Amino acid sequence: MAKYVCPRCGESVETSGIVTVCPSCHADLRGVVAEEQHARTRRAAAELLRDDSVTTHEYIVRTRGLTRIYRMGDVEVSALNGVDLDIRRGEYLSIMGPSGSGKSTFFNMIGGLDKPTAGSCYINETDMAQLSAHELAWQRCHTIGYIFQTFNLIPVMTALENVTLPMIFAGATSDEMLERGRLLLELVGLEGRLHHKPSELSGGQQQRVAVARALANQPAIILADEPTGNLDLHTGKEIIDLLKELNVESGVTIISATHDLKMIDVSDRIVHIRDGKIERIERREDIELEVGTLGGEQQ
Amino acid sequence: MTISMMDVKRLAEISGGGGRRAVQVQAQISLPWSEAVRISIKNVILRLGRAAITGTGIVLGIAFLTYVWSDAVFSDGVKRAALEQERILAAATESVKGSAVEGQESGASAAEEAQETKAKLSLQQQEAAAEEERGARRAWLVVMALLVCGIGITNSMLMSVTERFQEIGTMKCLGALDTFVVRLFLIEAAVIGCLGSFVGLVIGFLFVMFFYSIKAGFSVMAKVSWPQLLLYMLLALLIGAALSLISAIPPAVRASRMPPAAALRTEI
Ligand SMILES: Nc1ncnc2c1ncn2[C@@H]1O[C@H](COP(=O)(O)OP(=O)(O)OP(=O)(O)O)[C@@H](O)[C@H]1O
Ligand SMILES: [Mg+2]
Repeated sequence: MAKYVCPRCGESVETSGIVTVCPSCHADLRGVVAEEQHARTRRAAAELLRDDSVTTHEYIVRTRGLTRIYRMGDVEVSALNGVDLDIRRGEYLSIMGPSGSGKSTFFNMIGGLDKPTAGSCYINETDMAQLSAHELAWQRCHTIGYIFQTFNLIPVMTALENVTLPMIFAGATSDEMLERGRLLLELVGLEGRLHHKPSELSGGQQQRVAVARALANQPAIILADEPTGNLDLHTGKEIIDLLKELNVESGVTIISATHDLKMIDVSDRIVHIRDGKIERIERREDIELEVGTLGGEQQ
Repeated sequence: MTISMMDVKRLAEISGGGGRRAVQVQAQISLPWSEAVRISIKNVILRLGRAAITGTGIVLGIAFLTYVWSDAVFSDGVKRAALEQERILAAATESVKGSAVEGQESGASAAEEAQETKAKLSLQQQEAAAEEERGARRAWLVVMALLVCGIGITNSMLMSVTERFQEIGTMKCLGALDTFVVRLFLIEAAVIGCLGSFVGLVIGFLFVMFFYSIKAGFSVMAKVSWPQLLLYMLLALLIGAALSLISAIPPAVRASRMPPAAALRTEI
């Protein structure tokens, strides 16, 4: 519940955002609510970024000297070259870099989809390299939700079946699965498309199914590798908004690779990588500050 | 489409606070057999073209096996019918002979009869040996045919698996263990194996039935040992399913062992 002041009658209104009409004068409060929402996002981000010291914050992902070298015959390509990065719980982190800079490789490492050549990656302070195959599968099933550029839905399954698949692995009962699956799809705006195959859905709709699927087992982290890469501007924006709202509302950590400047708007931090190394890390505060200064100078 | 505040609130609620929850109870990752069977059968139905290609090998192999076996059963039936006929004929001539020339030349006839039986016996022996050799050659042929079929199935399964690397990688991202992937592919292979064997069985049997009813008339049907034939058919069905299953193991295991990153990268 949050308190708002009605812009027309000045009455103080308390709502969780479900009722968006002033009870006394019936003025439309949606604008005010949305603004408050943005303010809350900023506050949350600010709070997350308030303190940089390792001791006071809980990190959900930490990497130390993460290195991945691909060997092809005699040629060695080092796709990652000693990456040290700490990612806070609830953070919205964007990873930017030119093609071939190692973004996907980095994702594979923290997602437990590939093993590093050297260095280590900790999720919830657990070294991924120490996990057994079963624990790793458990981690992929429960802790991490994956979103891909190419959507990667199972083509022979309907939207609902795609969303419930991770729940099957997690051992949910079929009633639970159906209920949760329906709810998730409804919440990403696909209530009319439950029984459609991926081939019968648009790109944006497929990606929304993928988002719902990523949320199936209440993950702590969502890993999105260029989630808007195959979508047009508008549809891409919808997906980004959806991710951001999830991030703000449920505190799920979002780590996303992107070329997309829209994505940067919503990020708490932006990590620029080049040739497998972290080039620089920007904080949103800094960017906002820059924008603010620029605006000031122009006046 | 924009997500309303309400939706996100509910979404946040059911997605459980983004892992801020207390340490969860470590549940097992599982894929119940019922679900695995459901998914596999769906895969077969929805990829019927691919299943048909894999199944053709089984159909041909089992059709051949059924052909060979029912041929043996049928020719047995024919032989038995002929033998019976002969016996009836012999009995008839005997009784005729007996009544016509009673007591005459009995000694000479006995010697003659002994000679005749001896010749018949050696002929029977020869025939048995030939039959045995034919049987051995037939078995050899069957084994070779099934082996070739098995290799064919492995090959086409390998293709079917390769086509689905991305899917396998995705499943692993969602928490599938290697064994789940193997399980799904093996159930699929078993289903294809059973269906293919059944079709092969029908084809092989119809062929033999057609052939014999032309050669020996429809009356052979009465002489054929149906229980034996049924047993052979059941065996053929089992062999077909087993063959398909065994042939699918190498590709399935190969697919399941792939690291998800590599599986996801493959493009077709
Ligand atoms: N499986 C592999 N085998 C060999 N080399 C690889 C493999 N995967 C990645 N690489 C190499 O590693 C480097 C980083 O690749 P990566 O896919 O991580 O880039 P990326 O930043 O995701 O690029 P993009 O923006 O195009 O997706 C590239 O030079 C690539 O050629
Ligand atoms: Mg990439």
